[in-house]
Amino acid sequence: MPDPMLIRAVLKGETVEVKALIAHVMETGQRKDADGKLVPAHYIETLTATCGGRQVFRAEWGASIARNPYLSFRFKGAQAGDKITLTWTDTAGASRSDEATIR
Amino acid sequence: MKPLFAKRLRGLGALLLGSFALTAAASDDALREYREMFGDDNPAALWEARGEQLWQTARGPQHASLAACDLGLGPGVVKGAYAQLPRWFADTARVEDLESRLLTCMTELQGFPRDALLTTRFGDGERKSDLEALAAYVVGASRGAEIRLPLQHPAEQAAWALGQAAFYYRAGPHDFSCATCHAQADKRIRLQTLPQLTTAEGAREAYTHWPAYRISQGELRTFEWRLQDCYRQQRFPQLKFASEVAVGLSLFLAKTAEGGAMAAPAIRR
Amino acid sequence: MPLSRRNFMVTAVQASVSMLTLLAPRWVLAADRRPAFDATAIDAALQALGLPPPQDTAEILFKAPEIAENGAAVPVEVESRLPNTRAMLLLVEKNPHVLSARFEFPAGTEPFFATRVKMAETSRIHAIALTDSGNFYTTRLVKVTLGGCGG
Repeated sequence: MPDPMLIRAVLKGETVEVKALIAHVMETGQRKDADGKLVPAHYIETLTATCGGRQVFRAEWGASIARNPYLSFRFKGAQAGDKITLTWTDTAGASRSDEATIR
Repeated sequence: MKPLFAKRLRGLGALLLGSFALTAAASDDALREYREMFGDDNPAALWEARGEQLWQTARGPQHASLAACDLGLGPGVVKGAYAQLPRWFADTARVEDLESRLLTCMTELQGFPRDALLTTRFGDGERKSDLEALAAYVVGASRGAEIRLPLQHPAEQAAWALGQAAFYYRAGPHDFSCATCHAQADKRIRLQTLPQLTTAEGAREAYTHWPAYRISQGELRTFEWRLQDCYRQQRFPQLKFASEVAVGLSLFLAKTAEGGAMAAPAIRR
Repeated sequence: MPLSRRNFMVTAVQASVSMLTLLAPRWVLAADRRPAFDATAIDAALQALGLPPPQDTAEILFKAPEIAENGAAVPVEVESRLPNTRAMLLLVEKNPHVLSARFEFPAGTEPFFATRVKMAETSRIHAIALTDSGNFYTTRLVKVTLGGCGG
């Protein structure tokens, strides 16, 4: 089970600012480990965010997004107390969904 | 990174440094801009969260959490404990730093074999280190705490003396000691300023920011990791994890940083 | 102006190209976008996404450090001031695979993102905004250094 994302969602005026830290190795497939063996590619391909039943953000990533990715985006139409859900899927078919409450 | 890329990067680095004359101040400004863009969003927080889970979860052959682990301020007291490490512990009759103390608690309370913990002490991508996560959690609980090391116990004084001796001990093929790079002001290696660890100001700037998320490693690294990486760069023999020298050196540097406020886990190149 | 045979041919070709551009799909399906992440050059990445070359603009705010202490993580912040920005692309010219990311902004979402990219070496980074009125880009040069022993 992948580690949970750390998500902060703060309402500033009418805009929700979302900041997320995501635990993922984002391996490019070009790195060698301490024993000199090539580490296979393993990275998040898609990340989506939904709030109030609608998709508010979508990201498609390549392997060159940094390890333990940081992501920030902003959207309108939500209020403090609403829930936002982030979901990612990776090249290994793994997936992780985490929810945060908008403050 | 592929050798070709590393080679090209080195070549470009040399070209870069040769092609425009960056003053020390200008490059410090540029590096500050880079560091500031990370803001408060430090991947170390992921280790702190995992560490908190590990601390609270009953684990290991003895199926116990770390709630009874004494980090020096009493069983289970995590807040502020890192700022008073390394210190003497009666139960092990040793001066222990955070890494040693976590090893003690994980072996004694949870029954994990020490060898297994040592093998995975430094994480590498998918292979995670529980020690590093626990260290991040414990250190995060000392944010803002003032480093206090009264060194009242004779063993603590002896450990400090060993650390001081280690700091000035010249060895290895380059005949380096820690002091070679870290005992004067305004020393640099390429674009990096080298902290002067022999003054309170310099020691504080360095010590209060470790453990740190080391971007180049993609991992959260502890102070002992930082020390053994210096040993590697000096072409010294490997610094043994949780050894008397490692603990003594940590204590010596932490003592020089006494009075400083912890600001870790931080983020570092 | 009288159409000579040569003029007519040139005009006909121009008309065909314009027609093809109009008929070309605006949005390539998500699954069909994945091959674009394998592209090793900017042109190829854009072609894989079915996009014509973008135009230069000053209306994309692109914050990136002048010098990255380490190429493993380079912070970038991009905001499009262009109306009806539906999506944005981030490409690192000198990376083995140039396309880093595609971000999509449904109605009500600001055309803004911040993230961190890996850079193999000193390179230009391009931020491209896909809008209802066409595609526009701006560029930043980010220098990647080696640093020292690290502290």
